[in-house]
Formats: sequence, structure tokens, C-alpha cells
Amino acid sequence: MSLSEQQVKEIAYLARLSIDDGEVEQTTAELNNILGLMADLAKIDTQGVSPMAHPLNMSQRLREDEVSETDQSEAFQKIAPQTGQSHFLVPTVIE
Amino acid sequence: MEWETVIGLEIHSQLKTKSKIFSGASTAFGAVPNSQACAVDLGLPGVLPVLNKEAVVMAIRFGLAVGAKVNKRSIFDRKNYFYPDLPKGYQISQFELPVVGEGEIEITTEDGKAKIVGITRAHLEEDAGKSIHDLYDDYTAIDLNRAGTPLLEIVSDPDMSSAKEAVAYAKKIHALVQYIGICDGNMQEGSFRCDANVSIRKKGAEKLGTRAELKNINSFKFLEKAINLEVERQQDILEEGGSVVQETRLYDSVKNETRSMRSKEEANDYRYFPDPDLLPVEVDDELLEQIRSNLPELPTEKKQRFVSEFGLSDYDAEVLTSQKAVADYFEAMLDAGADSKLSANWVMGELSAVLNKNQTDIENCPVSAQAFAELVMRIEDDTISGKIAKDVFKAMWQGESSADEIIDSKGLKQMTDSGAIEGIIDEIIANNAPQVEQYKDGNTKLLGFFVGQVMKATQGKANPKQVNQLLNEKLS
Repeated sequence: MSLSEQQVKEIAYLARLSIDDGEVEQTTAELNNILGLMADLAKIDTQGVSPMAHPLNMSQRLREDEVSETDQSEAFQKIAPQTGQSHFLVPTVIE
Repeated sequence: MEWETVIGLEIHSQLKTKSKIFSGASTAFGAVPNSQACAVDLGLPGVLPVLNKEAVVMAIRFGLAVGAKVNKRSIFDRKNYFYPDLPKGYQISQFELPVVGEGEIEITTEDGKAKIVGITRAHLEEDAGKSIHDLYDDYTAIDLNRAGTPLLEIVSDPDMSSAKEAVAYAKKIHALVQYIGICDGNMQEGSFRCDANVSIRKKGAEKLGTRAELKNINSFKFLEKAINLEVERQQDILEEGGSVVQETRLYDSVKNETRSMRSKEEANDYRYFPDPDLLPVEVDDELLEQIRSNLPELPTEKKQRFVSEFGLSDYDAEVLTSQKAVADYFEAMLDAGADSKLSANWVMGELSAVLNKNQTDIENCPVSAQAFAELVMRIEDDTISGKIAKDVFKAMWQGESSADEIIDSKGLKQMTDSGAIEGIIDEIIANNAPQVEQYKDGNTKLLGFFVGQVMKATQGKANPKQVNQLLNEKLS
């Protein structure tokens, strides 16, 4: 599998990365190299090996259902670019 | 051309935990905007999500209730998309290994038949915040209190073939999540949200048609309307030779239309990958058994018990157990000493009619189950007739006082003195000679006229059964 320059542009858009037109060719080549490594990995016989979801061989610790946080909204709103009526404000999103 | 409709539902059910799925912030509804959004919910740098045990327990409880396979190992993934009410740029969800696998639930279709609807899966995820578009002209306002609230997304198989069936399924799930105490079911507050995947195909065709996903549906009535609108729209397109585009459509209840929601379409590729911040969740047998043993009586079990223990019909038992609050109210009436069949009739009849008329539900009913039971018991012991009972109930609804006090103070007690009733009947027979003659000539329909006259003369206080019996004797 290899990616076209058009697909790389689309992926960049989905990830909100800006790639100059001049960079597209090189980025595509680099990504395709990485995909090549994946293709090598795919050749390994994994029969009987359970898929790994995390490099640590442990399971998730669970938290008791208790409210432990206090209202720190004032501090959080201070570092936001724009706020109003206790809300964070962003440019209008049109539905 | 004959078409058939194929519907699958995705139900987002907010879990009733006290704190969020990955943080210790409160999930209480209606707080000051952003006062319950902590650093984890805001996705500030350096924070780590820690999974809420209760959310996992609730998800498993649902899985057991629908006879599903509970996955002993499940994985959280990142679903990547950009939207202002999703601060991290991804939603933590489950993709390949959800906590709950395949299950099923039985619904009753329009023609009264039982139908099994498959449940594909149910997975845990975090809710997003809320975007408020009408607070400012030039901005969208973001409230992140809801961000991180635990959701159980319940995905059905595409097993429903009409809007009515989809509603029946949604109502069944709605009742179930409340029964097992994992969701408050409040649709207005968004605790229970339905998205519908709708497609149509030529009758008998194997292959599914292209589907549209309907969003923004916040009542069962709108679910039915939105699906019917969408089916019509797709039929029009296909019959004119066009093709349906796979897309998300927003239902507008004011205009009663669905419209394309392009903004989310661009982000259709969510590039899921396992969240490195969260380890796989392992559920051991001990926890599973503990959850199983704490499972309350489920609607189907309750229905069967209502039939066997109280002698109710299948239909009555189904109606009474369709909502836990109604079933609880009914059982509280029986505990107070009321007769089961009479109670069933009054709960399903007068009580639900008045609740409907006042647009409220049984949880907010001003007449308690015990007080209502007292009223039903007075009908049972012939103190009042059913007709008078309706008036007493109206007074109780207004908060006047108890059934007994109202019956006493208004002098509504039924006449049981047969001598007194006989006297009245004699008088009526004497004053209505022509009708008596007609009756004796065979016009037996006139019995109703005489009953009416007696009831009128006694202001409804005579026992109708007794009146009928006495009239029959006197007129024969």
C-alpha cells in the first residue's frame, strides 16, 4: 500500500496540519517509507499471538466513583483567549 | 415500486455516575457553565484519564440485561475529529473491543407480535461539551460541563423495518436503562439520545441501500417523524432515478425536515487508534458475578410475575411494566391493600389519562400510590361507584385531601340501603308509565333510561349493580 500526494493532503487536513505544496512530495515519500516498514511487519506470522493494545503488560486501574474536583473555572478561563458569561468563546460554528 | 425500510439505532445513554468517566468532576445537570469542567475534561497538557469503575459496572449491567457477551478485556481508543466542544481533538471511545458484545431484546410490533432486535454492541465513551449558538451573534459559546460525562452507546442491528418499530425498540431500551438504574432517561436534558440509520431497498432485495444517519432527535415522537420523513425523501430520490448519498442529516423539529450536515462529513475518517493513556480494561469473574447478583428484576421478568402473581392479562402486565415508575406505583397500591385488577384498570385508565392531560408523569403525580389505593379500595367495597370515584380523584388531584375525607365531607357515600333505593325506583316507575309499558312490550333497551333516572335522583350515589338488579325485579 502506498499513499498518493492527494491522500497525504487529505490526511494533513484531517489532522489540521499545514503542509506547503513544496513539502508534499517529500512528506509523501517519507510516509510511504514508514508504510513500507509496516508492510514488513505485516509479513510476520502472528498466528496465536494476541494483539497488543498497550506496551505495558498491565490492566487499567479503576477509580471509585467520587467527586474529587473543585470548581477552578476562574483560573481556567483566565488562560483562554476569549470568554463571556462563564463560557469559552470561539469563532461562530455554523451548523 | 414497493420499498422496504431498514433502520438501525444508535442510542447514547448518559450513565448516572456521580463523577465523570475519566475525571473526578461532578456530572450534575444544570450547574454554572464550565464550573464542572476540570483540567482532565478541558484536555490541558499533562493530565491523565483514570477510568471510573462505576461506569464499567453500569455498562456490564446493561450487557447482562440484554443477554450479551461481556468482554473480559476491552480497549479504549481515540476517535479523532476537531470541534470546539471537544477540547482534546479526540473523543475517548471504544472501537475494536467494546465492553459489551452481541445481545438482543424483544419488542412488540404494531400488530402485537413479538420481535427480537439484535444489539450489535454497547461501548463506553465520553460525552462532548455543548456548543451554544444563540448566546452571541459573533461567537459560539462553549460549556464543557458535559465533557467527560460517561456515555454508553448502544448500537442495534439493522433489524427494524418501520418508524413505529424503531420507536418500540427505543422505548424498550429507554425503560431498560432506567430499570437497571444506569440512566435517568431524561430526553429533554439529553441523557438519552437516539440517532437513526435509515435506508430503503426494493422489497425482497438482499443488499442494503445507502443509509443516512439522522441526528438531533430528542423525543420518541420526533424519532418517528424524522424516520418517516427520511423514508419519503429517499423514495422520492430513488423513484426519480437518483441515488441516496451516505451522510449525516440533522432533524429540525420546528420545520419538520431533515437537512444535510456537511460540517461533520469532512471529518468522516476518525483515524481510531488505541489510547496510550489508558491500559486495557480487565473484568474478572468475581466482579461479573457481583454485578449479576445485584441485577434488579428486569421488565420481562416483572411482566411474567405480574401475570402469574396478580392474575393480570399479558396486555395489562406489559403496559404496567413498560416503565419502572409505573410498575412501582402499581405494586405500592397492592401493598396498601388494593385489588390487582381494579388497580390495573385505574392506573391504565383514569390515572394515565389525567397524567397525560396534565403533561406530567407518575413520578410527579400529586396523588401518592397509597392515597390512590384508598380510592380504589372504596370502589372495591362499594362505598362509591366508579363514576363518583372519578370526581373524588379530581378533588384528590387538586390536593383537597384523602379519598375517605372527600367522600365523607361531600356526602358521596354510595346508597346501599336497598329500601331507600326501592322507594326511589317505585316513584320513577309511577311517574313514567308510558316507558314502563314500552319496556314490558319488549323494548328492553329502555332499562338504561330507568337506570339513568335512578342515578339522577340519587346524584349518582346508588350502586349501579344494585339498581340494575332491583329494576329488573320491579319491571318484570
